[in-house]
Amino acid sequence: MKINFDNDRSIYLQLAESIEDDILKGIFAEEEQIPSTTQMSVQYRINPATAAKGVNLLVDEGIIYKKRGIGMFVSAGAKEKIINKRRQQFFDKFIISMLEEAKKLGIPKQELIKMIERGQINE
Amino acid sequence: MNKDHIIPLAENPSFSIQIKNISKKYGNVNALNDVSISIEDKKIYGLLGRNGAGKTTLLNILTNKIYPTSGEILINSKSIWENQDMQSQICYMTEKNLYPREMKVLDIFKSAQITYVNFDMDMALSLASYFKLNIKKKNKSLSKGFESILKIIVCLASNAPVVIMDEPVLGLDAAVRDEFYKMLLENYVQNPRTFIISTHLIEEISSLIEEAIILHKGRILVKKPVEKLLEEGYSATGKAENVDRYCEGRNVIHSETIGKFKNNTVLEPYEERDMEYALRLDIEIMPISLQKLFIHMTGGKSNE
Repeated sequence: MKINFDNDRSIYLQLAESIEDDILKGIFAEEEQIPSTTQMSVQYRINPATAAKGVNLLVDEGIIYKKRGIGMFVSAGAKEKIINKRRQQFFDKFIISMLEEAKKLGIPKQELIKMIERGQINE
Repeated sequence: MNKDHIIPLAENPSFSIQIKNISKKYGNVNALNDVSISIEDKKIYGLLGRNGAGKTTLLNILTNKIYPTSGEILINSKSIWENQDMQSQICYMTEKNLYPREMKVLDIFKSAQITYVNFDMDMALSLASYFKLNIKKKNKSLSKGFESILKIIVCLASNAPVVIMDEPVLGLDAAVRDEFYKMLLENYVQNPRTFIISTHLIEEISSLIEEAIILHKGRILVKKPVEKLLEEGYSATGKAENVDRYCEGRNVIHSETIGKFKNNTVLEPYEERDMEYALRLDIEIMPISLQKLFIHMTGGKSNE
């Protein structure tokens, strides 16, 4: 788990996102224990309250769960949950703004599709 | 990351500090003007202010080193002047080195052991070796950086329910400062208690502290959780005319023009409904850093 915090967003959001990234990458498998908030706090030099806020965000979404007195674990089905959420975000963040930009530049739908295909070939 | 659990010590009893209507005059100068805040238990506070804002004066009053002109300090609802054992409860690291010049580091630890009932000598010694502080050296022969390290070690090992540090990282290079921040958090999660840290290096501690207290010209400007504070402002960048249009009727505290572009700092929360307007005017919205917010709130241009 590695994070380079930027100044663009709240730290707790960045922490939550990076835990999600690690779940997506399989660094934390489902039903596996993740580091405690105190460990994250020390590791990333962030206030424990901030770390707890980031983690609680994921607990609320059912991505991780707490076992009293033991620690925090990745929920079963967490990966799928994250993927679904990120897909929705992808649509909101990239597709919508792409379409807006395309409209500004007068790019028709057919050409847009061709551009995506061309991008995939170049990948 | 290693997964060893950090085991918290037994909980400290709760400890509240009330600063009530404190004023301090030096001749005709009002160093502090009717300062009232309450310090809640077991949080890390950042005390921020420009040079001469009154930070050290406030800390000196809080620790009963000097008397205020008026007002009072209550600790657990009792006046600080009636609390005889205060000295062992509050570990205060002054900006100046107040230990006897001829005293050796180890002897300074030993004297701290007498002052602070829960002083952890093992921790002090292991921190000293970690930071390569020679415990046989005399206080007077320590460099500026090692003076800071010595004082930091005494604070962390004191286990006092309240730790106050005035400019703790003076003379420390970036790597050692980072180690200090790590040690501070480790110490805090193991033994949660109240920390008040006064520093000029705002950016470095902004993620460490839970609440910011901003002192300006002897008055409390703000006391808020850092996260809440950062939600109170944002910067808007775009074509000057668009930024002007967007900012009409908003509380703009700073403005910079670069050619045709303009960057305004807005001191009000960014609301959902602002989004569409900003998008339409092609304005980029960015969060603001604590340091920037601090500079703007305390009167613009840095005077340091």
